[in-house]
Amino acid sequence: MIANLDYVTLQQLWWVLCSVVGALFLFLTFVQGGNTLLWQVAKTETENALVVNSLGRKWELTFTTLVLFGGALFASFPKFYSTSFGGAYWVWMLILFTFIIQAVSFEYRTKPANVLGAKVYELFLFINGSVGVLLIGAAVGTFYTGSNFSLNDYNQVTWQYTLGGVNLRGLEAAFSLFNLSMGLFLVFNARVLGALYLLNNIELGSVAAMETRLRKAVWTNFLCSLPFLLYVVGAILLMKGFHVDESGVVSKVSFKYFFNLLALPHLLVMLLGGLGLVILGVMGGAFKGSTKGIWPAGLGTVLVGLCVLCLPAFNSTSFYPSKFDLQSSLTIYNASSSHYTLATMTYVALAIPFVLAYVAYVWKQMDSKKLTSQEAMDSEAY
Amino acid sequence: MIDVDFSLVNWSRAQFALTAMYHWIFVPLTLGLSFLCAFFETIYIKTGNEQWKSITRFWMTLFGINFAIGVATGIILEFQFGTNWSNYSWMVGDIFGAPLAIEGIFAFFLEATFFAVMFFGWDRVSKGFHCFSTWMVAIGSNLSAVWILVANGWMQNPVGMAFNPETVRFEMENFAAVIFNPVAVYKFTHTSSSGFLFASLFVLTISSWYLLKGRHIEMAKKSIIVASVFGLISSVFVAFTGDEAAFEVAQQQPMKLAAMEGLYKGEKGAGLVAMGILNSAKKPGDDQDAFLFEVKIPELLSLLANRKPGSFVPGVDDLVYGNKDENVMGVNAMMKKGQLALADLASYKKAKKEKNDVGAAEALTRFDVNKDYLGYGYLSTPEEAVPSVPIVFNAFHIMVVLGSLFPVIFAAFLFYALKGTLTEKRWLLPIGLISGLLGFLAQQSGWVVAEVGRQPWAIQGLMPVKVATTNLSTTSVQVTFFMFVAVFTLLLIAEISIMLKQISIGPEGH
Repeated sequence: MIANLDYVTLQQLWWVLCSVVGALFLFLTFVQGGNTLLWQVAKTETENALVVNSLGRKWELTFTTLVLFGGALFASFPKFYSTSFGGAYWVWMLILFTFIIQAVSFEYRTKPANVLGAKVYELFLFINGSVGVLLIGAAVGTFYTGSNFSLNDYNQVTWQYTLGGVNLRGLEAAFSLFNLSMGLFLVFNARVLGALYLLNNIELGSVAAMETRLRKAVWTNFLCSLPFLLYVVGAILLMKGFHVDESGVVSKVSFKYFFNLLALPHLLVMLLGGLGLVILGVMGGAFKGSTKGIWPAGLGTVLVGLCVLCLPAFNSTSFYPSKFDLQSSLTIYNASSSHYTLATMTYVALAIPFVLAYVAYVWKQMDSKKLTSQEAMDSEAY
Repeated sequence: MIDVDFSLVNWSRAQFALTAMYHWIFVPLTLGLSFLCAFFETIYIKTGNEQWKSITRFWMTLFGINFAIGVATGIILEFQFGTNWSNYSWMVGDIFGAPLAIEGIFAFFLEATFFAVMFFGWDRVSKGFHCFSTWMVAIGSNLSAVWILVANGWMQNPVGMAFNPETVRFEMENFAAVIFNPVAVYKFTHTSSSGFLFASLFVLTISSWYLLKGRHIEMAKKSIIVASVFGLISSVFVAFTGDEAAFEVAQQQPMKLAAMEGLYKGEKGAGLVAMGILNSAKKPGDDQDAFLFEVKIPELLSLLANRKPGSFVPGVDDLVYGNKDENVMGVNAMMKKGQLALADLASYKKAKKEKNDVGAAEALTRFDVNKDYLGYGYLSTPEEAVPSVPIVFNAFHIMVVLGSLFPVIFAAFLFYALKGTLTEKRWLLPIGLISGLLGFLAQQSGWVVAEVGRQPWAIQGLMPVKVATTNLSTTSVQVTFFMFVAVFTLLLIAEISIMLKQISIGPEGH
């Protein structure tokens, strides 16, 4: 049955699937947000141990989701994978370095003879949560603002932006206010999620002062995220977008994404509903003493993420536009794998609900009891 | 003086090799130690003996320290296909990307989800569920190896696909052929079982140290028994799958086999070099002797390579320059066909652009005749198709010699451990102490054989590495190369330091 699906349907389905994985990753950046909150909300050794151990039990899920996001894009949109990763070399390298240093930090931080000392590993966690998420946001921003590449007849990428004779290989994305705002929004949103997650996961009875700081962090980081969110949303509604006509010719069109939202009202519902859920989670966590704010805020982040990733891909739009050569721009139709590969991968993807189910089951099993100070200070704890 | 080419492609190769070799320090230990932890914990569940729980937790701690850095080095490998080998990613992403995505869905989530239970679930879930989680981590780790080795096997023996001149890439036509590619099957079974073997040697090393020091004697003895059984079974499996893997190499990558054996001139009834010293001045096509010294086992190479005594095994010279008598087409002839294929592909693209359908159809017909030699068209000289014979030969022989030694070590440890006289065998314990290091050397040598022996190809016969690389400045790759050297070395030092401290603390700390 799947093999009989037409090519366009499979291409669209796979963009949605990749977007779901990407959106789930954005939710799971609560780990990164939590990393950056460590020095702000944990003032005692016990509080420090609680925060690190709470996040340390989830970091692998975020990491794995990022790897899956890369793998899914490689399998389903290899031209995007080769163009973006090979082109914006420095952006992706820096992102990867921030995730490398994070991967060992939880495990090594408190181990005796760890060479670098606990503070350095905590610094690694901070860099991952701040620089890593900022750059990922900037990379997502280029879906709207475009990048500086061209492709030849053999689809080989050349990156065209130089500054002072140096090819910046994607770092120029940081010169765009939109890309920076997207990145900073994600950083502050991750911090909101991080604080909400910690409120949910930790036994707060013995750390009342930290609870107060966490609730304050939910609100202050939400406020910090607002200007960037408003700028991003405003810019998306007003900016020119990259339209693809029926013959595949790409041109810049005014209010493209605004019209996309009107043409794809379910995305508008996701955006508004998602933002509403984030606000609901924030209000509950910041002012109502709730410890469950992570769930609406997390779901809201997933919905907003889905909208952000799907809006520049559908309704005859280029999802990875080239500012240098419009006709090199990538669409989900010219960048995808073959029909056979997409169909085969769709059979494989039938396992995803099963994977999500056991992840949820184990999460519930492990988190049915809150993390206590005693557990966090155990000799085998992080 | 060694002539080193510091071009972009070589820096890109160096960076990938560096990452892969660092990654491969930790991964085999993860593959095997995860199963050993599962064995120890299962025995604990079955016996209820708390000492087995202590043993499990001790080895689990070392597993966790190793696992973290394995994950850190692993993420880079996946993304480097895009960052440094973007032409490769585009040209084979339709096939190569699928195993990587499946690895994420089926293997990584299994590991990531149950890893937290394995380490922090002792008091949060039931004993049974905890043990189940440990098994899931072991299975997840090894499932991950399945998919990445399916991908690697495909690079060594590209099957189940066809070249699409329209998109200028290779596209998958038969997923089952990709998965059940014989090279991939033996690559996985050989690699994973060698990981089991290495982890067993690692347990012997640490346990031998405890016995030599007179510490944690009961724990060390128990660990040795389990590891020796696992290691012995694994080493038999490694030998069997190694033989099958070499047979596949002989069929699919004869140049690699010739390099593994230092065989320059093909022979009927070729002998296997048991030991030898290569003549470093030897070049393809010259008349110098390949060896300064060699001991050969007659006929054995023909038997192993073709399953037929007396059969012809081509050497480097036959493969480069051809051998009409034995019906071997040389690289020089393939290059001509490859160059025609590239020219016809260019004509096809030009005709399509000019909307000249007749011209495009004609070019495509000509292209189809020579398309199987596409990759050879990129080579500059026939000799470019020869990998570094000294590196491949020496690495292969180090691997084989050590691989033959390991079952003897496991058998000796098991015998004396069961007899109850292990602590009296002071001559054996130092061998156990260094056995982990020997296992590490064998592991790295195995990968050198597999990957250096594949050169100059990214995909055997279809795409040389110089075409696969991203169009980057050499400086960018140099900078990231040294960044990787610095970060990975620092993390490795930290890992070893932490590991040594944990070993020094011993199981009482758990």
